[in-house]
Amino acid sequence: MNRVRFALVALVLLTACGQPAATPGGPARTTLTVFAAASLQPAFDNIGAKLQSTQNIATTFSYAGTQTLTTQLTQGAPADVFASADVAHMTTVQSAGLLLSQSALFAHNRLEIAVAKGNPKGVHSLADLARSGLVVVLADPSVPAGKYAAQALAKAGVTVHPASFEQQVTGVLSKVAFGEADAGIVYHSDIVTGRQVDGVVIPDAQNVIADYPIAVLKSVENQAGAVVFVDFVLSTEGQSILTSAGFQGA
Amino acid sequence: MKRTRVPPAIWLLAALGLLLFLLPLAGLIVRAPWNQALGELTDPTTTTALGLSIFCSLTATAIALVLGIPLAMILARTRGTLRNILRALTTLPMVLPPVVGGVALWLAFGRRGLVGSPLYQAFGIQIPFTTAAAVMAETFVAMPFLVIAVEAGLRSLDHRYEEAARSLGAGYWRVFTRVTLPLLRPAIFSGAVLCWARALGEFGATITFAGNFPGRTQTVPIAVYLALETKPEAAITLSLILLVVSVAILVGMRDRWLGAL
Repeated sequence: MNRVRFALVALVLLTACGQPAATPGGPARTTLTVFAAASLQPAFDNIGAKLQSTQNIATTFSYAGTQTLTTQLTQGAPADVFASADVAHMTTVQSAGLLLSQSALFAHNRLEIAVAKGNPKGVHSLADLARSGLVVVLADPSVPAGKYAAQALAKAGVTVHPASFEQQVTGVLSKVAFGEADAGIVYHSDIVTGRQVDGVVIPDAQNVIADYPIAVLKSVENQAGAVVFVDFVLSTEGQSILTSAGFQGA
Repeated sequence: MKRTRVPPAIWLLAALGLLLFLLPLAGLIVRAPWNQALGELTDPTTTTALGLSIFCSLTATAIALVLGIPLAMILARTRGTLRNILRALTTLPMVLPPVVGGVALWLAFGRRGLVGSPLYQAFGIQIPFTTAAAVMAETFVAMPFLVIAVEAGLRSLDHRYEEAARSLGAGYWRVFTRVTLPLLRPAIFSGAVLCWARALGEFGATITFAGNFPGRTQTVPIAVYLALETKPEAAITLSLILLVVSVAILVGMRDRWLGAL
């Protein structure tokens, strides 16, 4: 009997240990649900707070790697607005017939090398990332940041041997911030808002500019709110929030 | 002997419970791209991840057996508050979200961790991002399942057999290997199977502590998660392969190991 009870408890625990699926918003949504690329979190949290205080619009954000959000959307996750870290994933969502209207570019982001505070390992260029003994972490090539990083490294003609391919750019940032990795390639905005790491600039000739499109989804429930949100992001005020978070305006 | 009739309500609830397991399984099987399955099976990404998963989960189970059985023996001997504290500590990884477990492992064994920092400074050893880290993450998360099972087995053990052996002149280790362990076999077996299954499916602690690199730390659950976003068919196939391998190993081990359970 004891064994049976143990087995039951164990089964419950086993099933409870899975990966949490981030699909916010139940059947009846009164607040605005925005699916946004992980790199947008600091800027969008700010924009959400602004809209809450000025227009009384409550926003729930689901931040994750753009590729994760794209999968969730194509699998039928309900949301009002989608903000992607690249055009390719927005196109995927569009070809799945999930967009209510055309997407609009609202921000750009440059790549930068993240290193520990004070740059103790003396990393000054992409070429330095190939140095042996340097622990480098990149975003997975399926993640926009990882795709861009691979492009930048190819432009610079550098081959790195990363210790890990992270599932989102914030994973790269945290591994550098915790001191587990010596360097990683992230967005300029991550370094501006992260504050726990230093940035090493990548020259224009080697850099890749990320384009961020935003669109209202067909699954929209709060269409008026969604339009207000997108308009605010594109407005002067929204753009200045994005700029102070390290993005470049559209 | 006539068995008591099971009321319909129990049957109904049991059927609902079973459906919860069967429907997702049916979903995988129905949606699986069977014509691509063979190609997926021979894909280097798949074989590498599968090999690594089997290696890491079996190693984690082996470590759990070596460390977990003694831990269960100590647990079974203690009483009162000490026992409650030890038990809570042992089962902590079961309640901790695996990602938090991964961060905790970092803080202990990372380059700046409690143990990891001196290790790195003295010998230049860095545990995160290695296969050893993946094994550690799996052991951390899965060992409690073994400890709890073995402890329960020890508590329900009839100690008269051990006493009899001792009175006949057998020493501690002889009693342990010839009497205690054989009596504990069913408990150890079921604990090891649960432990192994948990280790095989481990995702959160592994990706946090060990990262993701093909051939080094990319186990099947991580490969499935990444494939889901780029090629969902491959993810489904990979999941089915993991399922088939698990069932094959479970059935195989059962036949070989078990007469009594």
